[in-house]
Amino acid sequence: MARVAKRPPNVPQSEFRSTQRLLSELVAHLRESRTQLREEWARRITEAKLLTAMSNEEIFAEATSVYDNYVEALETGTFEALQAYARNLSERIIPRGVETHEVIGIVLLLRDVLARSLFAKYQADFSLLNRILDAYEPAANRIAITVAVGFVQERERVIREQQEAIRVLSTPVLQVRERLLILPIIGVIDPQRARQLTEQLLRGIRTNRAKVVVIDITGVPVMDENVANHLVQTVEAARLLGATVIITGLSPEIAQTLVTIGVDLGKMNTVGDLQGGIEEAERALGYKVVDISESVAPA
Amino acid sequence: MDDERRSLDAPGSLALPYARSQERVAREVCIPIRSDVDIVKARQTGRDLASELSFSFTDLTLIATAISELARNIVLYAREGDVCLRLVEQGEKRGIVVIARDQGPGIVDVRRALQDGYSTSRSLGLGLPGARRLMDEFEVRSEVGRGTTVTVKKWKR
Amino acid sequence: MEVPILKQGAYLIASVQSALSDADLVQLRDAVVERVGKLRSRGVIIDVTALDVMDSFATRTLRDIAHMIRLRGADTVIVGIQPEVAFALVQLGLKLEGVATALDLEEGIAFLDRKAKTQAKETRSRGR
Repeated sequence: MARVAKRPPNVPQSEFRSTQRLLSELVAHLRESRTQLREEWARRITEAKLLTAMSNEEIFAEATSVYDNYVEALETGTFEALQAYARNLSERIIPRGVETHEVIGIVLLLRDVLARSLFAKYQADFSLLNRILDAYEPAANRIAITVAVGFVQERERVIREQQEAIRVLSTPVLQVRERLLILPIIGVIDPQRARQLTEQLLRGIRTNRAKVVVIDITGVPVMDENVANHLVQTVEAARLLGATVIITGLSPEIAQTLVTIGVDLGKMNTVGDLQGGIEEAERALGYKVVDISESVAPA
Repeated sequence: MDDERRSLDAPGSLALPYARSQERVAREVCIPIRSDVDIVKARQTGRDLASELSFSFTDLTLIATAISELARNIVLYAREGDVCLRLVEQGEKRGIVVIARDQGPGIVDVRRALQDGYSTSRSLGLGLPGARRLMDEFEVRSEVGRGTTVTVKKWKR
Repeated sequence: MEVPILKQGAYLIASVQSALSDADLVQLRDAVVERVGKLRSRGVIIDVTALDVMDSFATRTLRDIAHMIRLRGADTVIVGIQPEVAFALVQLGLKLEGVATALDLEEGIAFLDRKAKTQAKETRSRGR
């Protein structure tokens, strides 16, 4: 049973009805010719050397699903099912190494295959052909975009997840001595990473019962106001957990940024380099730094 | 059901691009706010609801704290109102929306209420800038003599 | 919900057990201040490990408690602030300025002990 599309508010009733009639005719034709059009499409995909990561059986199976979803979208004028299918398909094929141009390519090939079959069928009546194409083209374009965007969004989601994993791995909180943590930060920090650093550090303070934390930013080339604020917040939050923060490796540029945002560097505990920072921390913890070469007394 | 369908474009038009989805409410819970006890109730309910979206522990605390601030404003300035919590979906995104409503005196100078030096702690004012910092989206509507509605959202990353 | 306040030597330990309403916080404040006066305690430890949210009112009240206790010649240290709560506090822009904080009960007592020792030293040197 055919499902009915909803008339857009700006389209007059008569025009809409005639478009609907044309689309119904179109959909009926596409359903009738399903087998041969699908084969034609699969053939073109292989010819264009797309989806090489998949076997012929797989291509055919997916081709069938895409075809059916495509025709259904044309019929109902709704794209939810297609979107869901596109997402699902993307989830499956991205790990197989299928790329964006392949996905767009196959959808456009299907569009061509269907269009050609329309030309073949309605070639006798040019004006009818035109009207059918008028109905077909916008919908077909919409479908192509829906599938492509669905694929791209899924890819972006995967990339985000991977970035998150990298972020977690690249911000180690090191326990160097009892009650002393070191957090060496390397590379550019974006607000997301800064936030995560703070969370990891605070949890580390609690777990390790740290009293002093040395945050080394020697490896941070630039810092904008947002991130500098984040650094200040980290120091404040650490204090709430009873830990003192020593910042080492402060470049003149970053010092300037901190001053610009109104940080009283006098209040912030900063030491030139990491080595100095660790020594300062040890002093604060009550460790004495002894030069052992001195204690080896001559005979 | 019908509003979710997107209608076919008019013939000849390539009207797109990929339309922005509507925000859909999956669940809603409203808590009347009349006393300080309700503040705790609202924020705990908020925490429980948000945990259904697997927000991180930190995010749950941020959400609960924002709810606490907004609910407290209601108690302090309007005596009573309510806090509605909604789990929403917008396309791929999932999030929580908090709507703190009252029919109190309203905010005379909204702009000033939203101001605060980043590291100012002297005057905590209405706590609006704070709540704003904790959440992803923030909107306040207020009319003197009619009331105030503050809407904040956080999306699951 | 009343917060239990225990005496441990010269110190008082108030352990928050669960979420506190505004009224509970005010009651805590009054109870602690009264006890410090009555028992001549030298220090107060407020353990907020069980607080899953600390908002502006809670922060203000804790600050007030420290202030009032200082006026009675004693020190306050807040212990057990959860990492997520600390994060939210700084995001909110709240500062527990002028209030000592420590990781837990053990650290809190150590802090008060250190403070008492330094103060004793100062009094001795001044007395000379």
